[in-house]
Amino acid sequence: MELLQHLATGLTAALTLQNLVYCFIGAFLGTLIGVLPGLGPVATIAMLLPATYTLPPTAALIMLAGIYYGAQYGGSTTAILINIPGESSSVVTAIDGYQMARQGRAGVALFTAGMGSFIAGCIGVLILASFAVPLAEIAFEFGPTEYASLMILGLVGATVLSSGSLLKAMGMVIIGLLLGLVGTDVNGAPRYSFGIQELSDGIGFVAVAMGVFGVAEIIGNLEKDELRGTFVAKVTNMWPTREDTRRMIPAILRGTAVGAFFGILPGAGAAVASFSSYAMEKKISRHSEEFGHGAIEGVAGPESANNAAAQTAFIPLLTLGIPASATMAMMLGAMTIHDIQPGPQVMVSDPALFWGLIVSMWFGNLILIILNLPLIGIWVKLLTVPYRVLYPAILVFCSIGVYTVSNSAFDIYLVCLFGVVGYMFSKLKCEPAPLLLGFILGPLMEENFRRALLLSDGNFSVFLTRPISLVLLVITGILLLSILLPAFRKTREKAFVEV
Amino acid sequence: MKIRNLTDFASGLLYVIVGVCAAYIASGYTMGTAANMGTGFFPFWLGVFLAAIGVAVCASSVLSGAAREKLASWNWKSLLWVSVSILVFALLFEDAGMVLSIFALVLVSSLASREFRWTGAIANACFLNVVCYSAFVWLLNIPLRVWPDLWF
Repeated sequence: MELLQHLATGLTAALTLQNLVYCFIGAFLGTLIGVLPGLGPVATIAMLLPATYTLPPTAALIMLAGIYYGAQYGGSTTAILINIPGESSSVVTAIDGYQMARQGRAGVALFTAGMGSFIAGCIGVLILASFAVPLAEIAFEFGPTEYASLMILGLVGATVLSSGSLLKAMGMVIIGLLLGLVGTDVNGAPRYSFGIQELSDGIGFVAVAMGVFGVAEIIGNLEKDELRGTFVAKVTNMWPTREDTRRMIPAILRGTAVGAFFGILPGAGAAVASFSSYAMEKKISRHSEEFGHGAIEGVAGPESANNAAAQTAFIPLLTLGIPASATMAMMLGAMTIHDIQPGPQVMVSDPALFWGLIVSMWFGNLILIILNLPLIGIWVKLLTVPYRVLYPAILVFCSIGVYTVSNSAFDIYLVCLFGVVGYMFSKLKCEPAPLLLGFILGPLMEENFRRALLLSDGNFSVFLTRPISLVLLVITGILLLSILLPAFRKTREKAFVEV
Repeated sequence: MKIRNLTDFASGLLYVIVGVCAAYIASGYTMGTAANMGTGFFPFWLGVFLAAIGVAVCASSVLSGAAREKLASWNWKSLLWVSVSILVFALLFEDAGMVLSIFALVLVSSLASREFRWTGAIANACFLNVVCYSAFVWLLNIPLRVWPDLWF
């Protein structure tokens, strides 16, 4: 069993006391920040990056994985307890989770969410581990042509599967790509740097993420009268009844299957996964009248789905080096800061790091459930902190955090600029996630295009004559055409609006 | 012709402006050929593409089927105080040190809230100073200037 051997390699790498402690700290901090209303995983990862700087790469990655899961879980906690989903993938959790909380079953809802995430996470890790090797082998066949096509597929997929207008999302991708090109190109010539010294190194991704996902979010939240639901649920009994368990387990397994599938697809994987899972549970449940009034399947299914998707979303990133969502783009950026370029070569050149990361994802899930059952009281307390106290704190951590990335005050100005720009985008209903994805992929995409065309002597047909590239582009075409189909369009709109 | 969806029309317009500017600036760089892409090649075509998308978004906002939508109003007060607070922080941080900049950031940004109170904001700033000092300086060992030079 090759897979077991790989997992054993990972276990020995991850299972040091030091790494476990970092995984624990990561999961703790991730939940702590993720629980704060209005902070999704992207902003959370950006804020907590400085905490990993001084660590060796393996430990840093493990801590990042912990942060990532913590942030994901934190989002569902707020969704259940105060009806404010921390991110798009826990929007559906809020529907039945909050109703359960109102009926005095907040503890059971949290337990269900935690258990569902854990089971989905475990299965997700196995899928990730078994897909990694064969996919990486395909990836070794990839030249610049294939990579360029793959990135087109990823970016188009991200726009097709996102909510809102397709054209507007594509515009955001291109603005992101352009922002990514600011700095110095491969020939050493400055580009869009307007003679500003600091810009010639390019724009830091942490500054963009914090501005667009953190500061803009705060400005937007401040105009809402009452951000907090007036009702913060009390958490009493956490243990599900036998009837709960009987209804929850099949929902968790179905959710995991749905999530694992959608996670691999480019775009808003976790969000689409949780929406689809909710729709499916509602359709097949014998208690469909309970949905919207605290049906346990409505928490178990979507929560498992989004966690399974969160897991399998790592597949394209780790095996191909291409992030499929904004959160994965953040993970890519974070890895680059630690001088790790994810892709098939990591598996070969540093197997301990690669498998260590995968195994530690499982630890992350385990630690989360151990951490959250006893600590739920703290998170509930945190939710009662008024927003007027919270948002200055977020601003302080963002500002100092971004400064520590490259010890430059210029990055703090950028956070401010992108905060204002992000606020403008939110007013224009332009989604920021495709922008971040484009931003991270900009330089990579140009480089692969440049090399592909250099090899083909400027002949664009090379993208269609190489088989893998052709397949990728055909899939892209199908995705694009599918949006024109009235049936697909309707489901896409419905999936985001109706539930 | 009547613009039915103002939000979309404004976004389209923004895309056109950004796209045209990007393409115009890129045209000043070495363009090269497809086989030998210069500095400006990729961004130029991105800009053109963005402008084209912008035109399409604008066009769809005047179609008779477009949803009627007005521009959302902006909350200038929050926007102003939050952005000014970050600017002040950036100005102060390297010279005046962490403690004073945190005070400035927290006090100014707190003005954005409707529930602003001086005592609360000052208490918050003190608390955050303690947290940041322990986290960044003490735990993470990141070399940050804590106080201005002339004091200590």
